[in-house]
Amino acid sequence: MTTEDRGVRLPSVLTRPTVESEAQLRALLGALSGVDAVGAEARAAKLATRSLKKSTKMTAIDLAISMVDLTTLEGADTPGKVSSLCAKARRPDALDDSVPSVAAVCVYPDLVAQARAALRGSSVKVASVATAFPSGRASLPVKLLDVRDAVSAGADEIDMVIDRGAFLSGRLGLVYDEVVAVKEACGAAHLKVILEAGELATYDNVRKASWLAMLGGADFIKTSTGKVSVNSTLPTALVMLEAARDFAETTGALVGVKVAGGIRTTKDALRYLVLVNETTGAAWLTPDRFRIGASSLLNDLLMQRVKQRRGAYARPDEFSAD
Amino acid sequence: MSDLTSSPLGSLAYDAAPESRSVAKLRESYGLFIDGEFTDPSRHQSFVTLNPATEESLANVAQASSDDVDRAVVAARRAYETVWKKTTGAERAKYLFRIARLIQERSRELAVVETLDNGKAIRESRDVDIPLAAAHFFYHAGWADKLDYAGFGPNPQPLGVAGQIIPWNFPLLMAAWKIAPALAAGNTCVLKPAETTPLSALILAEILQQAELPPGVVNIVTGDGSTGAALVDHPGVDKIAFTGSTDVGRLIQQRVASSHKHLTLELGGKGANIVFEDAPIDEMIEGIIDGIFFNQGHVCCAGSRLLVQESVAEEVVRRLIRRVDQLRVGDPLDKNTDVGAINSAAQLERIKELSAYGEIEGATRYASSCALPDRGYWFAPTVFTDVSQSHRIAREEIFGPVLSVLTFRTPEEAVAKANNTNYGLACGVWSEKGSRTLWVAERLRAGVIWANTYNRFDPASPFGGVRESGFGREGGRHGLEAYLNV
Amino acid sequence: MSDRLDVRKTYKLLVNGAFPRSESARSYEVTDAKGEFLANVAQGSRKDIRDAVVAARGAQAKWWAATAYNRGQVIYRLAEMAESRREELAEHVGLAEGLKPKPARESVARAVDRMVWYAGWTDKVAQVFGSSNPVAGPYFNFSVPTPSGVVGVLADQNSSLEAFVDAVLAPICVGNTVIAVASERRPTPAVLLGEMTATSDFPAGVLNIITGVTGELAPILASHEDVDGIDLAGVDEDFADELALAAATSIKRVLRDGSGAPLRRLRAFIETSTVWHTIGQ
Repeated sequence: MTTEDRGVRLPSVLTRPTVESEAQLRALLGALSGVDAVGAEARAAKLATRSLKKSTKMTAIDLAISMVDLTTLEGADTPGKVSSLCAKARRPDALDDSVPSVAAVCVYPDLVAQARAALRGSSVKVASVATAFPSGRASLPVKLLDVRDAVSAGADEIDMVIDRGAFLSGRLGLVYDEVVAVKEACGAAHLKVILEAGELATYDNVRKASWLAMLGGADFIKTSTGKVSVNSTLPTALVMLEAARDFAETTGALVGVKVAGGIRTTKDALRYLVLVNETTGAAWLTPDRFRIGASSLLNDLLMQRVKQRRGAYARPDEFSAD
Repeated sequence: MSDLTSSPLGSLAYDAAPESRSVAKLRESYGLFIDGEFTDPSRHQSFVTLNPATEESLANVAQASSDDVDRAVVAARRAYETVWKKTTGAERAKYLFRIARLIQERSRELAVVETLDNGKAIRESRDVDIPLAAAHFFYHAGWADKLDYAGFGPNPQPLGVAGQIIPWNFPLLMAAWKIAPALAAGNTCVLKPAETTPLSALILAEILQQAELPPGVVNIVTGDGSTGAALVDHPGVDKIAFTGSTDVGRLIQQRVASSHKHLTLELGGKGANIVFEDAPIDEMIEGIIDGIFFNQGHVCCAGSRLLVQESVAEEVVRRLIRRVDQLRVGDPLDKNTDVGAINSAAQLERIKELSAYGEIEGATRYASSCALPDRGYWFAPTVFTDVSQSHRIAREEIFGPVLSVLTFRTPEEAVAKANNTNYGLACGVWSEKGSRTLWVAERLRAGVIWANTYNRFDPASPFGGVRESGFGREGGRHGLEAYLNV
Repeated sequence: MSDRLDVRKTYKLLVNGAFPRSESARSYEVTDAKGEFLANVAQGSRKDIRDAVVAARGAQAKWWAATAYNRGQVIYRLAEMAESRREELAEHVGLAEGLKPKPARESVARAVDRMVWYAGWTDKVAQVFGSSNPVAGPYFNFSVPTPSGVVGVLADQNSSLEAFVDAVLAPICVGNTVIAVASERRPTPAVLLGEMTATSDFPAGVLNIITGVTGELAPILASHEDVDGIDLAGVDEDFADELALAAATSIKRVLRDGSGAPLRRLRAFIETSTVWHTIGQ
């Protein structure tokens, strides 16, 4: 056994399969192993007991900050709110420039231009939800227009939603075709495909939808919109990370994973990092392959960061409320 | 790309996260717990119990002689006749509930002591051993005043004095498995903990004092095999309950053959973990890992034989080995440790010897690349492939972190191979097809069958073996039978 | 009474559904309770025990795999056969045990009723001895009684039919197969019962009956490592001690006393197999 066999083993050539028919897609997804819900949840719970201390915790907190997609997706969003969020994204802690920038700012399409302007000159990406987010209940032309609108306004990344209704009613070809079409509409922008795992109900569906999205060209697969009652959970993220790992081993393509919704504390975030660490490994421990969609999480990470350095807890008001 | 392929999983290195040792307030020396008090052994002999992870001495523990065993049995008899027999089931229940609560209250201390004395990872003593021990008392407490409804006819009677001999792999949990049902059924006990792991039972003795359990109802005599033999041979004992190796179990059954002692035995195993091609692959890999590396493989029901369907064997082995390499082996007190220390030098020798046979007989050995500490007793998690049914590593219980992988082609063949052993304790079945799982389960000769899971325990679930894995059950309604004259 | 000459019967063993003479070709003389010649009965040997264990092992999986309903019907059929041959059984029980016709008939009646009782047990065992276990987790957990496997029975030396029926049908009705060593001095009722199994759809090997010298046969059975359990209730204490020692080598289940608590004999050769299965979507 050589060392190459010990981690994620990629094929020597890229072999991303092309899907030519719904029947073929069905066969590909049907061949995936089932997920035993109890086992998956037990594994996630066990990993949640990992204890990160000292320098590991410091590293992990900074890593988590750099993976944040700082998000505002409210009907009440305004250019002003987006601008201040972008300022926070560039420099999360006004008093400490050793804090890394977050990965991206995530907004609705009509605010992309505002974000683009506010982030000019920084490494922070502009992400936009699209495709009639969060329900996805619009015709494909409307969804594609939504995407093109965001891209032309300067979005680097598009977070689309899959048609859960179509998926649950077995119209897998339709879901796949939409992913492919959106990917094409994205052009150079990266595509994150939101599975809305809470609506898919089973881990088997999460695994199938993950593969469908990856086959369709997703650069990231994402757990949730944050707009339904069940958002990202550790076992869901585990199943998606396993899918990303297996997809990489099968095709050579490394697809990222984004968790979103309900991740508010440092403890939550670090648990996700442990999952990544022990499921897909080092190659995914980068903002290029793992993201955390969140808003209030960032300040908790900053608080914990200060606590680690100072040895004492800080006041919440030390950090800007954006 | 290349650094991706060569980087092992788990590159976010975890700094040491040790549980604080200071919660374990160990005494320098421990006497024998007889008639409610710690007493000196008659011959003033003692032995040292070690931390197998460091080889450091933890405490001096009394070596009970046959005179001491006699004192303990006499105390148990007196307590049985004068107190316990007259204590109502409802009152016995309350004592057991008290004990359960005290274990919960002192759980952190017990977890640390267990890890220090046994070498098992703190995650397991904290999340498995101690909570389950408390749960056992809690569960059996409820039976004490409901024995009429346990299905053995009206007014079932206790046996009297139970002599109980337990192993070193789950020291406190095994004590709970023995003491809780015995007391619930109305017996008194003399418990002999394993020589290498006496400490948690002695803390349990303190707990029994705190619970104000009447003196003599439970007596704890520490010592080596000679102490156990004295207990087995003592004419004042009505029942022997033993958990340990099949060889010792056989000797005990022989020694009590001409007595009227009741006997239950929970002995060794060579559990088959059967993997079908449609198994839920990620959870199955975790189940294989849990099956053999839980508690360093010091588990009588360990899934030490992996029977994998040929069609998926290569894929399963590849994923399994990748996972084995991820196991964190080391300081048992570290909260992130997955695999702790081997319990004793003697056990380490046995594991090494049998593993050496694996190679001699032609199996392919794969050992985890993890670094092992310099001091203490350690064995890297090991997987043997190309194993045949006839190999020693496929037949003998290794009782260590060593997995033998064999293959099969059909369900029929899987069952035949799984049953091709004198043991019959536990098996695993992994498949997404319910009908086949039940078909296999029906045909496996084993006392416990885990389907799509492994190494799960619960006080409500009867545990025990068939054939040379012993007889009698522990846990559940069935476990009460071992302590009732029915 | 005519002066017709009787056709006498040869009392043979029952092994694997066949009625062989002893492999050793030996027989021994059995007398009635008054000491008068009754029959020459096959004197079983070590090899007969060996063959019977092989037969019992071979039959066990299939017997257990049969539905409980089917096992009940087979045992009930035995009761029907015994019922129709009550007079013959009563004559033999009377001769063997020195009973007058009325108590002999009553003993047979009780034995037949007992068969009916066991016939009704086959499909109750799982419900009475099994359980669904409320574990603290997402698992469906159930315990089912399973047979120990192959059981050796040393029949009561005195009660030639009643005790024999209890001793062999208790393990059989829960799915074991049996090798029974019949009462040494009073074997003929057991042999008759064995013959009746041939007309009761008993699969070959489920009940094997060896006649002969208990003192010779019992140690072979007790030490045979492919025997999973042994009922020693039919032999005296000292001999039982010796046999229990031999049985320990292969960790056999040993029944020393079948009386006492209710259903002790029925429970004696039952294992509990507990299955866990995950519950999830």
